[in-house]
Amino acid sequence: MSRTMNLVLNVWRQKGANAPGQFVRYEAKNVNDHMSFLEMLDVVNEELLAKGEDPIAFDHDCREGICGMCGVVIDGVPHGPLGGTTTCQLHMRSFKDGDELTIEPWRAGAFPVVRDLVVDRSAFDRIIQAGGYISVRTGAAPEANSLPIAKVDSDTAFDAATCIGCGACVAACPNASAALFTAAKISHLALLPQGQPERLDRARKMVAQMDAEGFGHCTTHGECEAACPKGISIGFIAKMNRELLTSMATAPNDVNTRK
Amino acid sequence: MELNSRAPAGPIENRWSDHRFHSKLVNPANRRKYKVIVVGSGLAGGAAAASFGEMGYNVSCFCYQDSPRRAHSIAAQGGINAAKNYQNDGDSTYRLFYDTVKGGDFRARESNVYRLAELSVNIIDQCVAQGVPFAREYSGLLDNRSFGGAQVARTFYARGQTGQQLLLGAYQALSRQIEAGTVKMYPRTEMLDLIVVDGRARGIVTRDLVTGKVDAQMGDVVVLCSGGYGNVFYLSTNAKGCNATATWRSHRRGALFANPCYTQIHPTCIPQSGDYQSKLTLMSESLRNDGRVWVPKNPADCSKDPAQIPESERDYYLERLYPSFGNLVPRDIASRRAKDMCDQGRGVGPEVAGVRRGVYLDFGDAIKRLGQKVVAERYDNLFQMYERITGEDPYKVPMRMYPAIHYTMGGLWVDYDLQSTIPGLFVGGEANFSDHGANRLGASALMQGLADGYFILPVTVSNYLASQKAGGVDQHHPAAQATLADVQGRLDKLLAIKGRRTPDSFHRELGALVWDNCGMGRTKEGLEKAIARIPALREEFWQNLTVPGTGEELNQSLEKAGRVADFLEFGELMCRDALHRNESAGGHFREEYQTDDGEAKRNDDEFSYVAAWEYTGDLTKPKLNKEPLTFEYVHPSQRSYK
Amino acid sequence: MSAATTQKALTLTDTSIGKKALLAVSGAILFGFVIQHMLGNLQVFLGPDVYNHYAESIKSNAALVWGVRSVLLVALVTHVVLVIQLYTRSLAARPIGYRVKKNIATSYAAATMKYSGPALLLYILFHLAHFTFPGLSLGGHEFSPMDPYGNFVAGFQIPWVTLLYVSANLLLGMHLYHGGYSLLQSLGLNHPRYNARARLAARGFAFLVTAGNVVMPLAVLFGLVR
Ligand SMILES: Cc1cc2nc3c(=O)[nH]c(=O)nc-3n(C[C@H](O)[C@H](O)[C@H](O)COP(=O)(O)OP(=O)(O)OC[C@H]3O[C@@H](n4cnc5c(N)ncnc54)[C@H](O)[C@@H]3O)c2cc1C
Ligand code: HEM
Ligand code: HEM
Ligand code: SF4
Ligand code: F3S
Ligand code: FES
Repeated sequence: MSRTMNLVLNVWRQKGANAPGQFVRYEAKNVNDHMSFLEMLDVVNEELLAKGEDPIAFDHDCREGICGMCGVVIDGVPHGPLGGTTTCQLHMRSFKDGDELTIEPWRAGAFPVVRDLVVDRSAFDRIIQAGGYISVRTGAAPEANSLPIAKVDSDTAFDAATCIGCGACVAACPNASAALFTAAKISHLALLPQGQPERLDRARKMVAQMDAEGFGHCTTHGECEAACPKGISIGFIAKMNRELLTSMATAPNDVNTRK
Repeated sequence: MELNSRAPAGPIENRWSDHRFHSKLVNPANRRKYKVIVVGSGLAGGAAAASFGEMGYNVSCFCYQDSPRRAHSIAAQGGINAAKNYQNDGDSTYRLFYDTVKGGDFRARESNVYRLAELSVNIIDQCVAQGVPFAREYSGLLDNRSFGGAQVARTFYARGQTGQQLLLGAYQALSRQIEAGTVKMYPRTEMLDLIVVDGRARGIVTRDLVTGKVDAQMGDVVVLCSGGYGNVFYLSTNAKGCNATATWRSHRRGALFANPCYTQIHPTCIPQSGDYQSKLTLMSESLRNDGRVWVPKNPADCSKDPAQIPESERDYYLERLYPSFGNLVPRDIASRRAKDMCDQGRGVGPEVAGVRRGVYLDFGDAIKRLGQKVVAERYDNLFQMYERITGEDPYKVPMRMYPAIHYTMGGLWVDYDLQSTIPGLFVGGEANFSDHGANRLGASALMQGLADGYFILPVTVSNYLASQKAGGVDQHHPAAQATLADVQGRLDKLLAIKGRRTPDSFHRELGALVWDNCGMGRTKEGLEKAIARIPALREEFWQNLTVPGTGEELNQSLEKAGRVADFLEFGELMCRDALHRNESAGGHFREEYQTDDGEAKRNDDEFSYVAAWEYTGDLTKPKLNKEPLTFEYVHPSQRSYK
Repeated sequence: MSAATTQKALTLTDTSIGKKALLAVSGAILFGFVIQHMLGNLQVFLGPDVYNHYAESIKSNAALVWGVRSVLLVALVTHVVLVIQLYTRSLAARPIGYRVKKNIATSYAAATMKYSGPALLLYILFHLAHFTFPGLSLGGHEFSPMDPYGNFVAGFQIPWVTLLYVSANLLLGMHLYHGGYSLLQSLGLNHPRYNARARLAARGFAFLVTAGNVVMPLAVLFGLVR
């Protein structure tokens, strides 16, 4: 049932944010094709530990494709060759014996490397903090069914809301743009009636923050959509652009930005 | 120790409102003077921190992930219960209360459970207002499904990602407060100990996981929402980072730990494929609505391709044993039967450590009956997830399933206010023991986490703070310094051992040990064996652990080591609790105590109490304290699914 | 309100998205021009009189000519300036690149916008010099403002000139193949129902412009127009 394979890994190693980094070559022997990619790295790490060496640091938590914590660039593709999946859900059957893989962290100025394959994605949190929410006081909510929402709208909002905040879109984008991530949240809330009151302010604030974080702009390459484990559509980027342009045309007041 | 649940008396439907009315308030102008420490940003912690911030308290919130949005609540698939009765199928607050007490096998506190049912409706309102995209009908109104064998459709869901959507709602509320400056978020920061000053919780010791800086964070109250301890089993459906450190360290500082042996096993998880396995993935319970569970009658067939096994040679054991409920028997029963089959050598799938641990969940008939299209509509996302992990196509080959640890009902003991036995230490969500008794019903943990976070803690913590004067102690306080020193000492020790075994290897060994002896079926012998082995393992851990690098950097081995060290202590208590409870109840199944037809046999005369364990300084001699349970409304009965 | 934390309501040039919208508009204007320009030029197939008369009829209307020229100039300058701003930004957005990077979705045309663009700029400069300011006398032919047709034919009888125009216009085609679709995204003109058609249209025009523009010089070179 299961095959085993031997692989060569060229992994980016970097001790700390300001330390220099370089690629180091490792051999992964007798890799079972039922292993997940991260389990393969676990095995490599256990061997490194046995040799008293520092294991390869990489982010991960749920290991079931939903928390958005994992993510490395495998042979030039964020989250690896299998479309619509996260690194933790990628299994070794997607590779073959003798493959030589290059494993790199997300690369973006706004995502500084913390260590090895671990990057700092707090820029995403700041984009949400800038306005990615509906201001409702705890306990002040009206009866849930008092406001029906057309199924198509709530389904489309859901499609946008499935973003797991992994950052693969930024990693994949030739411009290191966070357009898809930001668009997904702006669209999720703009599509719902509850989101209307703050709708235009939200778009302005979040986009201003997105720029302040130093992400690149969008040239409609569609790499983000292709790398996105949740298949978020770049149609939402157009929606974000529309939201922002409308808000520019109509905004009276000042907006706050945090940088 | 005298355990006072402070559960209010009077008619159950008025208890919470009366209690709220009698709870003291803090003057809005004074709130920002109070520093509230919240550990955890999951449904419980995230909701609590956001609510405290909104009320005007000065909040610090901690999580070990790089963002509060990643708490393991995110992984919940199925849904969240609420007694809205939108389907007009006769649901009510009282029925949800009733079902939950019964589902908990009469080991939960009635007052708490009623409050939970009562608040369930507010949760849905709150989440919808936040923009949580729950499933809707074409009318535009909210959709519901029936979940985990409930007779009413009271479960709200968002495709297979309910937990994610609820958590993002809480995360967004939290982000709003961070922006407003009322909450300071500390991601990648782990709580390693609790600071107790003059008998009150006044702070925590944390380690910045990036810089390694160990710090004392002082406050006026500490709220723990750090999740469950399922990872003591190493393989579980929990996230890799889930840990018992926050609760266990608090236990060692004086908080009682209640019912640690109540752990829930989920029957439908993807089986282990090899010894490298790092976690198990849950497949929604809903699969059992159409899938048929079977194993070969003849052990010799187990290695065969299932297609080669004729109907006559298949044993649809759940349908055979439980004609009326069939494949929909409750989680614990479905799980135990699967274990029996594999123990009888009739398991299927790859051999791991010499045994095949898996049973078939077969959609062949469903596809014949309903057609592939309908089946796809219902389960396609799950089928895809399964295929991604196993490389097998469930439309063609029957799924393989095996039970796995999924939820832990036990936790720090709390009173009706969710306050632990340490004044000023409050505990919410899966980290406390409060509402699920010996067994949690599907779709009720999300409910509890949010009820605690949005609605209960804001009231009860305010009530506590109203009687405290703000501030007064800083990290120079001797107690804080002493705790800091303890933590630093522990870290240095872990780094200094320089032995040969990795943290994971110890974790795996512990996990296998407790899974075999304190998992689905427990026996006196097994538990005694585990209790004898764990201290030895602990001993070896402190002699032979290897952790490379230093404490002043991102050091994931050091993080693991600390968590494993605590599991090695906690695991023993869990086994001792299981050993002492000479009955079977809910998730705790002692093989010695079962009815003739193999059902859990409770012993209400002797064990109708909460077992709250006290740390005595000697891990092998924890002290048992009992909170008797009384049932005024739902009277204990024996369940039967024959 | 300290300046650090507040900002006046955003104007188009404040955000990358606003800039991108302006880029799209300037691009659209240029796009529009090349379409009509091609249509006009195609009249060379109708012979000297028609073509020269057409040129004359435009030139005689100074207001129109300078009106159009100024719009084009503004559009082009805006376009180029924004491109420079946006690209310095996206270069800074990834200070350390990948050792291995695969593109799975993007088209060759999209990936080469940043080259086809500048190339077009050079082409336009040469092209203006060639036909308008001052007007080059190539291959022994005396440039005559009065005889656009003559200049046209003379110019493209020279193989390297034709080669240059053909390649430049193929680049233009690529630029618009992606640009025409991208500008819809940038302006938020997107609707699941019409996306496919809109993109097809954008790409169709890009194709027509290129085809038309490539045919003319070749026709001259191969003596179909003389
Ligand atoms: C796979 C799966 C599916 C589930 N499906 C359902 C379902 O369908 N319906 C349902 O009702 N329930 C379900 N549950 C149960 C439910 O999801 C959890 O019980 C609930 O979400 C727990 O929420 P919480 O806030 O208590 O803890 P968590 O969400 O686990 O949050 C814990 C928080 O504490 C932080 N933390 C932990 N330790 C430390 C430390 N030492 N220092 C600092 N921070 C720390 C973490 O960073 C995290 O932010 C499911 C559980 C799993 C695992
Ligand atoms: C006839 C001349 C030109 C036309 C018709 C034209 C048209 C366009 C159009 C329609 C776009 C798409 C805008 C968008 O994505 O929203 C575009 C983008 C672009 N243009 Fe041009 N352009 C022309 C000249 C130039 C020149 C001279 C340059 C060189 C500096 C240039 C560089 C670019 C670049 C780099 C882009 C991509 C911008 C981005 O999306 O980031 N273009 N152009
Ligand atoms: C093969 C294709 C082309 C041919 C044969 C062509 C031909 C000409 C000719 C003959 C003129 C001079 C008209 C006159 O002076 O009366 C002209 C002017 C001009 N062309 Fe083109 N052209 C072509 C493509 C382009 C393209 C692709 C662009 C833009 C990117 C362009 C931009 C211009 C401009 C801006 C002028 C100046 C118009 C003016 O006088 O204001 N041309 N072209
Ligand atoms: S949009 Fe997709 S790729 Fe980008 S963060 Fe969200 S889930 Fe990840
Ligand atoms: S890849 Fe980049 S360019 Fe735009 S469409 Fe995606 S963000
Ligand atoms: S580890 Fe959570 S998505 Fe991969």
